[in-house]
Amino acid sequence: MKAAEALIKCLLEEQVDTVFGYPGGFILHVYEALRKSPIRHVLVRQEQAAAHSANGYARVSGKVGVCIGTSGPGATNLITGIANAYMDSIPLVVITGQVKSSMIGRDVFQEVDITGATESFTKHSYLVKDAQEIPRIIKEAFYIASTGRPGPVLIDIPSDIQEAKIDFSYPVSVDIRGYKPTVKGHAGQIKRAVKAIGESKRPLIVAGGGVLLAHAQSELQAFVDKTGIPLVHTLMGKGTLPSKDKHYLGMIGTHGFARANRALTRSDLIIFIGVRVADRAWGGVSDKALQNVRIIHIDIDPAEIGKNVGTQIPLVGDAKTILPEITAKVSRVDTAEWLNELNGYRNENPRPETGLVNPKYAIQLLSDKLNEDAIMVADVGQNQMWAARNFEDRPGRSFLTSGGLGTMGYSLPAAVGAKFAAPKRQVVAVMGDGGFQMSLFELGTIKTHQLGIVMVLFNNTRLGMVRELQSRNYGNTYAVDLEQNPDFIKLCAAYDIPGIRVSDNSQLQEAFDKALKHNGPFLVECMVDPLEATL
Amino acid sequence: MNRHVLSVLVENQSGVLSRVSGLFSRRGYNIDSLSVGETEDPKVSRMTIVVRGDDYILEQIKKQLNKLIDVIKIIELDPRQSVFRELALIKVKTGDNRASIIEIVDIFRAKIVDVANETLTVEMTGDEAKIEAFLSLMEPYGIAEIVRTGLTALERGNREIKNQRKYEED
Ligand SMILES: Cc1ncc(C[n+]2csc(CCOP(=O)(O)OP(=O)(O)O)c2C)c(N)n1
Ligand SMILES: [Mg+2]
Repeated sequence: MKAAEALIKCLLEEQVDTVFGYPGGFILHVYEALRKSPIRHVLVRQEQAAAHSANGYARVSGKVGVCIGTSGPGATNLITGIANAYMDSIPLVVITGQVKSSMIGRDVFQEVDITGATESFTKHSYLVKDAQEIPRIIKEAFYIASTGRPGPVLIDIPSDIQEAKIDFSYPVSVDIRGYKPTVKGHAGQIKRAVKAIGESKRPLIVAGGGVLLAHAQSELQAFVDKTGIPLVHTLMGKGTLPSKDKHYLGMIGTHGFARANRALTRSDLIIFIGVRVADRAWGGVSDKALQNVRIIHIDIDPAEIGKNVGTQIPLVGDAKTILPEITAKVSRVDTAEWLNELNGYRNENPRPETGLVNPKYAIQLLSDKLNEDAIMVADVGQNQMWAARNFEDRPGRSFLTSGGLGTMGYSLPAAVGAKFAAPKRQVVAVMGDGGFQMSLFELGTIKTHQLGIVMVLFNNTRLGMVRELQSRNYGNTYAVDLEQNPDFIKLCAAYDIPGIRVSDNSQLQEAFDKALKHNGPFLVECMVDPLEATL
Repeated sequence: MNRHVLSVLVENQSGVLSRVSGLFSRRGYNIDSLSVGETEDPKVSRMTIVVRGDDYILEQIKKQLNKLIDVIKIIELDPRQSVFRELALIKVKTGDNRASIIEIVDIFRAKIVDVANETLTVEMTGDEAKIEAFLSLMEPYGIAEIVRTGLTALERGNREIKNQRKYEED
C-alpha cells in the first residue's frame, strides 16, 4: 500500500476520528488517502487555526490532537499553534507535507525547513526519509506526544515518500531507549514530603496545568480533603479544584487575586503540583520571601524542578500516582488557624460601574447560567483575565486558554476543536475585539459545521491589555486604538450567524438566555468602557 | 564558572547535532567544545561536550539534554578518573628556525606530518594543558594556522557508560 494510506491506517490505529487541516500540493497523497477513510477532516480557514483547534480538541477529549498542513506556507502558518501547544504542554501530532526528497535543500517552490524552524518548540520531530518507517514513526509520535510531559510532535513527509509503496504492519509497542518518562514517585522523597507536611503550620498547594494533563483532579480533591491544606492555582491550573471548596483561594500571579498571592508569601510549606513556576505566576514573589519556606515540587518533567525556584523535596512523576501515595500516608494538618488568617485577606475592590457592560459581572452571570459541564475558552488580554477570574470552576467544567505563549486568536479556533470533541457540552468563546479579528476567518468553519459556540465578544475598542500597560508605564497610549472596528453583528450576519449587541448590564440576561437557547453559533457583543481595568 | 566534561550517548541520526547545539544556544549555556563520532554500536554516537557553568547551570544542561528524545545517556566525567585528549594540527612558520622547532616537537612527542619550504605542520595529541604549552612555545616562531578537534574523553578503568545509570536515578 502507499505510505500515505499507511499513515491514515496508523491514525485509525491510534483511534483518531477527527483531524483539522488545510490541503496543498505537497500533502495531496495524504488527502487522497484521508478522503477514502472514515476520519473526519475539518477544513479550517488558516493553518494556525488547525493547530489551535487540534489543541482545543486534545484538551477536551483527553486524546492527542491531530492537524495537517501542506509544505512551505502551510507549515509556517502552523508554527504559532505548535509553539502555543509546546508552551502549554498540549499533546499534538502535526503532519506537514514536504517537497520531494531529492529536491530538499534546493529552495524549490514551497520548500521550508519546518523541522529546523520548530526545533526549539516541538517535543520531537521527524523528517521522514524512508517510507517504510512511517508506521514506527507514527506510533512513536503519538506515544511521545501523550506520555510524560505532553507536547507537540511534528512529522514532515516529502511527497515522494507519501506515494512510495510499503508493507504495512503496525508496531504493537514502542521502545525508545532515550525516552523513558518517570511515572512513579521516589519512595524516599514521598516519605520526606509526608514528613514535611506533618511538620508544617501554614502549608499551601499551588496547582498547575499538570494536574489537568494528568487527569488528577479527583486525586487532588482527595488530598485536599484529607489534609485540609488550602489551594491556589496558576492560570493553567484553573479547574483543578472547584471554586466553592472551602480550601480554594483562587488564582495567583500578575493577574491573580490579592488573597491568593498573599497566601504564597505567608506559607511555610509550598507544594507545587504540575507547575513550572513561570514568571507570570510567580514574578511577584521575591527569593527573600521564600527564605524560610520549604518547597515540595511534584512534576513529571525533572527539568522543571529547580529550574525557576529552588526545591528541598523534588518529586518526579505523575501526579495521578503520586498524590494517592502521599494521601494514604499523610495525616490531617491542623490548618484551622491558617485558614482563618487566609479568610481575613481581602481581594481588590473592583472599579465602579461605567454605564456600559461590566465584563466581570457579565462572566459571573454567564457562569451561573452555564451547565455543570460547560467549557469556556478565553482568548488573551483583559478578556482572558475577566474570564479566568470570574468563571466558576466546577467538577466537570473546563476552562481553556493560551497560558504560556499568550496567543491572541486562540479562543475561536480552540472552541471549534472543543465543540468537535464534545458536541453535547456548551462551549463559550470569550474574546476581545483584537483577538476576535485575529481569527475572524474561523467564522467560516463555524458556519460550515453550524457549531453551537456562544461567542462572547468584549468590545472595548482597544487592545485593552496593552492600553492598560501603556497608561501605567508610559502615561500614554499608542497603537492600541480600534475605534474603526467593523460592525461585528453585521460581520457575523454575513456568515448567517445571529448576534446581539449589549450596551449595558441590564440587557445581559436576555442576550445570554437567547444565545444559550439558540441551536447553532451565536454572538453576544458586549460594549465595554475602554478604560475598564483588568482587575 | 567551573568547567565540566559531559559524555553523551545519542542516536546516530541526522538532526541530533542540531538539536544538541541548538539547545545550548537557545538556553544561553556556554559551550567550550563539542566533539562527536560513532561508537562501538554504529547506531549510537558519542559526544564529548565541555561546558562552563555553576551547579545550577550544569544541572539544567543535563536535564534539558536528557529531555531530547535522541539523547540516550549522559554522564559527567571526573577529570581524576578520566583520560582527556585533544588533537591539534599546527602549521608553524619556520624561517631560519627549522631545527629548534623540530627539537621542541620531539620533546613534546608531537609529530611532523607535512613539510613545506616555509612551514612545518605538526600533529599533536594531549590534554589541553599540553597543547597550550606547546602552542605558547610555537608562538614566537609564528603560527600560520591551528585547527583543534575539541576535547574527547573516556573514563579510566573497566566501567562502561552503557552500564551506568541515568544521572537522575543516581
Ligand atoms: C499574537 C499576539 N500578538 C500580540 C499580543 C500582545 N497583546 C497581549 S494582550 C493584547 C491586547 C488584546 O486586545 P483585545 O483582543 O481587544 O483584548 P482586550 O485586552 O481588549 O480584552 C495584545 C496586543 C499577543 N498576546 N498575541
Ligand atoms: Mg479589546
